[in-house]
This record gives sequence, structure tokens and C-alpha cells, in this order.
Amino acid sequence: MTICEENLTSETVKQDTQADSLLTIRGLKISALLDSGWGEIVHGVDLDLKAGEILGLIGESGAGKSSIGLAAMGFARNGCKLTEGEIKFDGIDLMQASEKQKQSLRGARIAYVAQSAAASFNPASSLIKQYCEAPIKHGLMSSESAEKEAIELYKKLNLPTPDLIGFRYPHQISGGQLQRAMTAMAMSCKPDLIIFDEPTTALDVTTQIEVLSAIRDIVREYKTAAIYITHDLAVVAQMADRIQVLKDGNTVEIADTKTMLSAPKEDYTKSLWAVRNINREAKQQSVEDDYILQLKNISASYGNGTQNVLHNININVKRGQTLAVVGESGSGKSTTARVLTGLLAAGEGEILFNNKALPLNYKKRDKETLRHVQMIYQMADTALNPKQTIGQIIGRPLDFYLGLKGEKKQARIKALLAQVDLDPDKYISRLPGELSGGQKQRVSIARALAAEPEFIICDEVTSALDQVVSEGILNLLDRLQKSLNITYLFITHDLSTVKAIADEVVVMLQGKVVEQEKTDVLFAPPYHEYTKKLLSSVPQMDPNWLDNLLKQRQQERNQS
Amino acid sequence: MFTFLSSLRTAPLSAQFGILIICIYLIAMVFAPWIAPYGETEILGSAFEPWSSTYLLGTDSLGRDMFSRIIYGARNTVGIALATTILAFLVGGLLGIVAAVMGGIVDQLLSRTVDVLMAIPSLIFALLILTIVGTSTSSLILVIATLDSTRVFRLARSVAQTVVVMDYVEAARYRGEGLWWIIRYEVLPNISSPLIAEFGLRFCFVFLFISALSFLGLGTQPPLADWGSMVRDNATLITFGDITPLIPASAIALLTIAINFVVDWKLHNASGLKDE
Repeated sequence: MTICEENLTSETVKQDTQADSLLTIRGLKISALLDSGWGEIVHGVDLDLKAGEILGLIGESGAGKSSIGLAAMGFARNGCKLTEGEIKFDGIDLMQASEKQKQSLRGARIAYVAQSAAASFNPASSLIKQYCEAPIKHGLMSSESAEKEAIELYKKLNLPTPDLIGFRYPHQISGGQLQRAMTAMAMSCKPDLIIFDEPTTALDVTTQIEVLSAIRDIVREYKTAAIYITHDLAVVAQMADRIQVLKDGNTVEIADTKTMLSAPKEDYTKSLWAVRNINREAKQQSVEDDYILQLKNISASYGNGTQNVLHNININVKRGQTLAVVGESGSGKSTTARVLTGLLAAGEGEILFNNKALPLNYKKRDKETLRHVQMIYQMADTALNPKQTIGQIIGRPLDFYLGLKGEKKQARIKALLAQVDLDPDKYISRLPGELSGGQKQRVSIARALAAEPEFIICDEVTSALDQVVSEGILNLLDRLQKSLNITYLFITHDLSTVKAIADEVVVMLQGKVVEQEKTDVLFAPPYHEYTKKLLSSVPQMDPNWLDNLLKQRQQERNQS
Repeated sequence: MFTFLSSLRTAPLSAQFGILIICIYLIAMVFAPWIAPYGETEILGSAFEPWSSTYLLGTDSLGRDMFSRIIYGARNTVGIALATTILAFLVGGLLGIVAAVMGGIVDQLLSRTVDVLMAIPSLIFALLILTIVGTSTSSLILVIATLDSTRVFRLARSVAQTVVVMDYVEAARYRGEGLWWIIRYEVLPNISSPLIAEFGLRFCFVFLFISALSFLGLGTQPPLADWGSMVRDNATLITFGDITPLIPASAIALLTIAINFVVDWKLHNASGLKDE
């Protein structure tokens, strides 16, 4: 790209120089309002995007990915501001442009797809109405032609009943469909650039595939440039032409996808790659039928009990081992955990703990039983009371179950914090809000350990964390299991986590157990049909993985 | 206390002004006997004397010093309003959280009772009850506190409901914690900011309500000084172009505005919105 080309008017650039730079960011600095005043969170990042190119932005949470993505639209979130640098979109300087000028670009020439489609749609208005908003507002189309195009796009994105789906409301369709409807909305004005901010992070693996392939096909078909923000490497490998790795608001490395995957240069990039390959030595098999927990013929339902969400579940957990429960969202894996804890009383069946039947409702269980079955939640943000200090949070079970007070309690809290690799003196008097996501999850683990339990239920404990942090958590859990002989029930939709930590796996589908197998048996053929689909849906680092998989599935469909 | 002072320094001008006014009122309340030149009920001269160096704001219909009575009025009006608001919050707030935490039949019972109480216009209801039980200060406080606790109940219940569904409350329940622990340590700290904001607003409403009742003759009883009844007693002066009756009225208005400034500031902080 040369300077004179950059100075051409936007129209000519768009027509003549398809292959040239669409978006140029130079030395971008972004500051955020912290408790102590303005602090810089992005320290001078450069970014180039050609027309029609897909750039993957990856990095762990807090690396500044989303802030940079939004800055590409000349926008800063509430409490953030763009302090320095240059953002040129198709020759227009977005740092200098007036708010009105930027607004005329947004939606029409730059579009944005948010992480949580469910939270970004207006729940009170139908999908097609929201689709038509931007084209009409920018004066590009009449509402009839916009609706016609919407149906066309819905068809291309493989949404079911494209003629009618637009007239539904956001809560009436599934998360994966909603994410595709949002992509359609972003395409409505045929923009030059779309920013995808973690569009598949909240989806499970089988749905993720549909959304990924739909997004990729449509972006390629319309030759739209895209910035694809994610923390999942395997996903970005499928989508992007080029990858830019970020850490703490700085660029670590930029390279073509193939080069980046095969020969990463920087240590940090290598460490990101390494996380996917955690391997754990197999545990010694315990005595064949020493079961700590058995679920027998459990059926359960929410509300008035007319429709069962769990059907005749049988699960056995051996002492000192890790049992993983996997399945897509809605398969009943979290409900199984709730039934186990008694927070949801099962309608039928029996729960045996140490060969003793437990009351189905937690209110009827005694303190000692409650102490022995602890739970770690998915969202550490909501699982820790924001107004209690870390010391209070961990101290309460010590006081409540074990009757520790004063000096002894303080000493135990410190020991527990040290056990989860947090510096006791530094963290004991902090509030959860002052900790990062991974640190909060460590505090949750310490709280569960404080009760000195025999059994811990881990409900998607790593799914809200990025890869480097979740590797740390998994290693910690593994180490604790070895030293304290705790049994885990691990609920997850992430199969790489399962491979890393589980001894046995239960696969669930629509409230039923599909199979229960030892991990190494499950991950080797012959597979159960559903297990096979689940396994093949886990994104691989190979850039051609998605193409091959889709081709293969197509063939199978043709054969049958 | 120290953190409050340091946060005050960064507070907007309106909030600082509000705090200043509230402090002046508090000083007037506490040190009334030393500030006021004459006694609260002392009859000094003839009725309706004009403003002079002896009687700073003149005298009222019975020849009592207006300025002294306005200062003593702060004690009665503000004191009663404060006691009433605190009582309303203790009862309404606690029951509201209990209803949210327990749910089910307890929630239904409490909420429907509150609905019944709220269905009757509060001024009429208060007039009715006060006419029956008489107008002593304690019955005044009890009646208004009961009426206002229904509003506090509604707010406390709805904000507590958003907290009780959080995982940390579920974790506490699952740990086997009792009702009191959940209310005191899990729920209350997390809903305190909206409750504090509501306390300020509620205080204003109670304060105006008492003044209105006094104006109607059912609030603070003579010879105690009260801003509401002072407006009524001296209302005739308005016809002669004398603005004296407006002074107790503006004392009410000024405090209401000052409190709202502070509440706005607190609400803005609690909402988490950030600006430069």
C-alpha cells in the first residue's frame, strides 16, 4: 500500500484497489477508567486488513481484543477512550471523524456481531424487523426489498424455514440459530467489514460447527473483510487467513494462519499451542466396585413435574477417580449435578453415597453429608459473594462445618490459599471484584476444599476461562486429587478437558445416558453414533479440518 | 468514615452542596437551645410583629419568635421523620428480604397483605387511623412507618429477588446456612446501595407527609414547633404581602432538594456508570 492510494477518495479505492488495505490501524492506544483513574489497556497496536481478508485476533481475556475490535469502528466502550494513534477505514480517519460521520458508516459499511446474540437482540421485536432496521435507516432499501433479502440470507445461512423464521422473536429460536440470524443482520447492508466478537464462544461444539461454516461461507461469498476475535485457536485456524496474537494490549506475533500454526516464533504463542496437548498419566485403577456414589434410575423434572428432563439415569462413580459428564447444552448434564446435590429433588430413583441412601432433597440431609459433597460453579463471578473478602468466603465453611475459630481459622485459610497457588497475605483481605477470572475460580476451589469433602462436583469450571488459565485450573484439580484423594464429577462440554482430566466418561443426550466408558476406550473406535458426532465436532488445529469434516458429513448424508 | 470523606472530595458540586445543607440542619437540630435566641413556646410580644433586630423574623399569631421556632422546628419535624423512616426500613426491609429468600407461601402472605395496605390512598388512611387513635407523637410515628414500610417492602423484595438467584446464595443454602445468615451476610450487603438511596428519598416523602398532616392539624401538636403547622398558623400574613410563612415552607423545600442531590450522587455511583 502506498500513501497516494490512501489519499484517494473512498469510492475509487473501493472499486480499484480490491486487494489493498481496507483498514489500517497505527499505534492505537486505548485507556480505561479504573478505580485509580485512567489506565492504558492497549499500548500501541498496529493492524492491517485488506479488502476481503479475514484476520483472526487471538489472546487470553484482558488482552484487549474486544477493545481493538470496537476501535476498528471508531468506537470505545463506556469507561474507555481512544487516546492515541490512527484508525483509517477506507481512507476515512475514524479518530478525527465526527460522531455523525461514524454513525453513517456503522451498520452500513462496518458491522459488528456480538458474543451473546441472546443479550444483543431486542426481545420485544421480531428478527426480520430488526434485520430491516439498518438498511432502512441508512436509506439503502425499502422495507419490502430488505425483507426479501433477509429471507435470501436466512436461506444461505441454513436457518430452518427461512421464509418464516424472521417473524419469530429472539427467545423462540436456539442460541446457534440466533447467532446466525445476527450474522445475517450484520450482512444486511453488504458491509465491507464485519467484526465478529467471539461469536461461537457461548455455543456448544455441535452447534458451533454450524455457525462457523455458515459464517465462513457467507463472508467468502460476499468477499467481506472480517476481524474474527476469539480465544480458541482451533476456531481461528478454520476462519482466518492471517492471525494476530495479542497479550496485555501488545501485539505478540502476526503471520499467515498456516505459518502461525506450523511454526510459531514467540514463546507466548507456543505456550498457547501447548495447552491443547495436556497429557496426564493414567491413575491406578481402584478396586473394581468401590463406588463412592451411585445414581440409580433417577428421573427428574422442573416445575410442576409433567415433563421429565432426566430419564432413568444410572451413573456410578468410583472412589478417587474423575468421572466426566459430557453432552451438548440441554442434554441434562447440569440437571444431573443439581439432582445429585439435592438442590433439585429427583422425582424418582435413589442416590447412594458410600452405599448409604441420601435424602433426595438437600434440606433433609445432615450437615456431615452436605460437607462431604461440595460443588464448584461455572461462573466464579456469581458464585462468590462480591461483598465478602476472600478470607470470609473461605473461612465460612471452616467455621460452619468444622467449628474453627480465631487463630486456627486464619492459619487454615492461609494454608488453603497456598494450596490453590494464591499468595495468602496478598489475597486474604481482597474482594472477589479485585481478582481475575482464574483467581476467582481458585478461590471457589479453596472454598470447596475448606469443607474437607470426599466428593466435588465441578460444573463447567473452566468454560468461562481462556485456555492458559483453564490449563492451570485443571492441573491444580489434578494435583489436589492426587494429594487428598478426592473424587470429582466433572461436567463439561469441552472434550479436550475430558481427555485431559477424566478417568471415565458419561455421554448424555436429551436427558438420557448414551454410554459410560473408560476415557481411553471412549476415545478409540468403535464409537457410539452420537459420541462419534460429538468427538468429530471438536475443532482441530488443522486449517482444513472444517472443510474435510463438512465434506465427510455431506458424503455420509448422500450415502444414507 | 474516612472513605466517605475522601469520596466526598470527588463528588459533584450538587452533592457537596447537599451535604453542606444537611449538615447545617443537623447542627440546628442538635444545638437548637443554644442557637435560638428565645424559647420554643415563649410568648414574647404582640401577634404578628414585623421583622426587627429583636425578633429576627418577627412573631407569629401568638407573639412567639418565628426564628426560634423555625430552629426548634428542625428538631421536631426532622427528628420525627428520621425515626419514622428508620422504623419503616427496619420493618419493611427485613420483611421484604424474608419474602424474597423464603418465597412460596410466606412471600404470598406478606406480599398480598402489603398490596391491601397499598390499595388505600395513604393520606386518607393516615387521617382515618390518626383520628381513631389520637395524635400523639408515638402514634404518628407508628402509623406513618407502617404505611411507608409497604413501599420499602416492595423495593427490598424486588432487589433481593435478583440477588437470591445468584450462585453464591445457592451455595450458602446448599452449605446448610440458616435464614438469618443468608439475609444478613449474603443478601443485605448486596442490596444496600439501592436501599440507602431509597432511604434518602423515603425520608423526604415522610418529611413532606408529616408537614402535610401538621398543616391539616393531625401531625405534630401545638405548642411544639413544626414547619408544616407554622405555615398554616401564619398563612393569613400572605394576604398582607408578608413572606414570613414561606420561610418554614422553603426550609422544607431546601432540605428535600439537598437530600435528593446526595441521593442522586449515591445512585449514580451504585449504577456503575463511569464518566470523566
